[in-house]
Amino acid sequence: MKSLINFFDKVGYSITSRINRLGTAARLFFLILISSGESFKRFNLTMKEIYFTGVMSLVIIIVSAFFVGMVLGLQGYYTLQKYGSSEAIGVLVALALVRELGPVVTALLFAGRAGTAITAEIGLMKATEQLSAMEMMAVNPVGRIIAPRFWAGVIAMPILASIFSMVGILGGYVVAVIVIGVDEGAFWSQMQANVDFRYDIVNGVIKSLVFGVACTIIALFEGFDAPPTAEGVSRATTRTVVTSSLVILGLDFILTSFMLGG
Amino acid sequence: MDKIKLDAWVGIFVAVGVISLLGLAMKVGNLTSNDIRETYSVIAHFENIGGLKPRAPIKAAGVVVGRVKSIIFDTKAYHAIVRMDIDNRYVFPKDTFANIYTAGLLGEQYVGLEAGGDMDNLAEGDRITQTQDAVVLEKLISQFLYSKASEEEE
Repeated sequence: MKSLINFFDKVGYSITSRINRLGTAARLFFLILISSGESFKRFNLTMKEIYFTGVMSLVIIIVSAFFVGMVLGLQGYYTLQKYGSSEAIGVLVALALVRELGPVVTALLFAGRAGTAITAEIGLMKATEQLSAMEMMAVNPVGRIIAPRFWAGVIAMPILASIFSMVGILGGYVVAVIVIGVDEGAFWSQMQANVDFRYDIVNGVIKSLVFGVACTIIALFEGFDAPPTAEGVSRATTRTVVTSSLVILGLDFILTSFMLGG
Repeated sequence: MDKIKLDAWVGIFVAVGVISLLGLAMKVGNLTSNDIRETYSVIAHFENIGGLKPRAPIKAAGVVVGRVKSIIFDTKAYHAIVRMDIDNRYVFPKDTFANIYTAGLLGEQYVGLEAGGDMDNLAEGDRITQTQDAVVLEKLISQFLYSKASEEEE
């Protein structure tokens, strides 16, 4: 009997603590929105964070986009040539990248490259009591530290995703047209005929915006919520990657079903 | 890192992002070719639309002149009402013929318009009266089989 009660106790605790964390995250989100005036008034704060989260992620984004595009080109060609429609390779590469792979892979890489850095930085700031010191000096740590990082992530993500899609298509072009020898005119014209600006490209950008918000808010919250110890910060960093990846993939399904259904 | 260099890098970053978005829009997407903006809508009744979908192209002589706006089923007359948006630049006579065709063997279905000889042109809200349904392969095959069977009986 005692062990049964213990069991329910544990289940209840894990559920309430999860809901608690979700609530704290939502409150942090609104706190950021309220106190984000400073990150636009003193835009160089945000600028510095865009440099760290966006510009420094360019290398990994461009290199992985190029390889993803090349692989799509190769795989698509081997399947499409069986049906004698290897010219449709441009459509395949472009639609796959613009609709799905661009936003999703960018967000996953972003969570690994920038999200972890944000969590570790804020977790350490909290552990070394820099945030408390700021509060003592009457500086709002949310406005000064957290909000600029949030807006930097939200601004950087769509830019990174567009770069990813464009570089990926160039990678597909290199493999399909230059290496394999698909007709160049057919490659581009079929792509233009089948990729719609409003329905494919704009939806991709909307997706990456949503992922940007989700990724940075998770990273910021995990850092802010981390126990102020070395172990706590390391665990928070791991959780950032796991949670961000799951949330990105889940949100991707929800957004896609809305966009295709609507 | 001094401030000017940082600003420059962020500037380059944003510029590259804007360029790739523009590249996607112009080179990959159909923003340049898709210049259907001002449209007027007409409706047409079909007994069977086959696999026609909203946003399917409307073509006249192979040229895309508009898109299918919506398809609804009329429960009074039991047929499909297809609403079509046609570019303002293109005018069609009132007795234009609307057919549902299939692009290629397995391709998407589209509405083909064939101009008639009426002096008046279609205007906003008009109805195309002369329509031809989509070809349903099963119907075609069964018709063929029936006609074969009746031939043999005779």
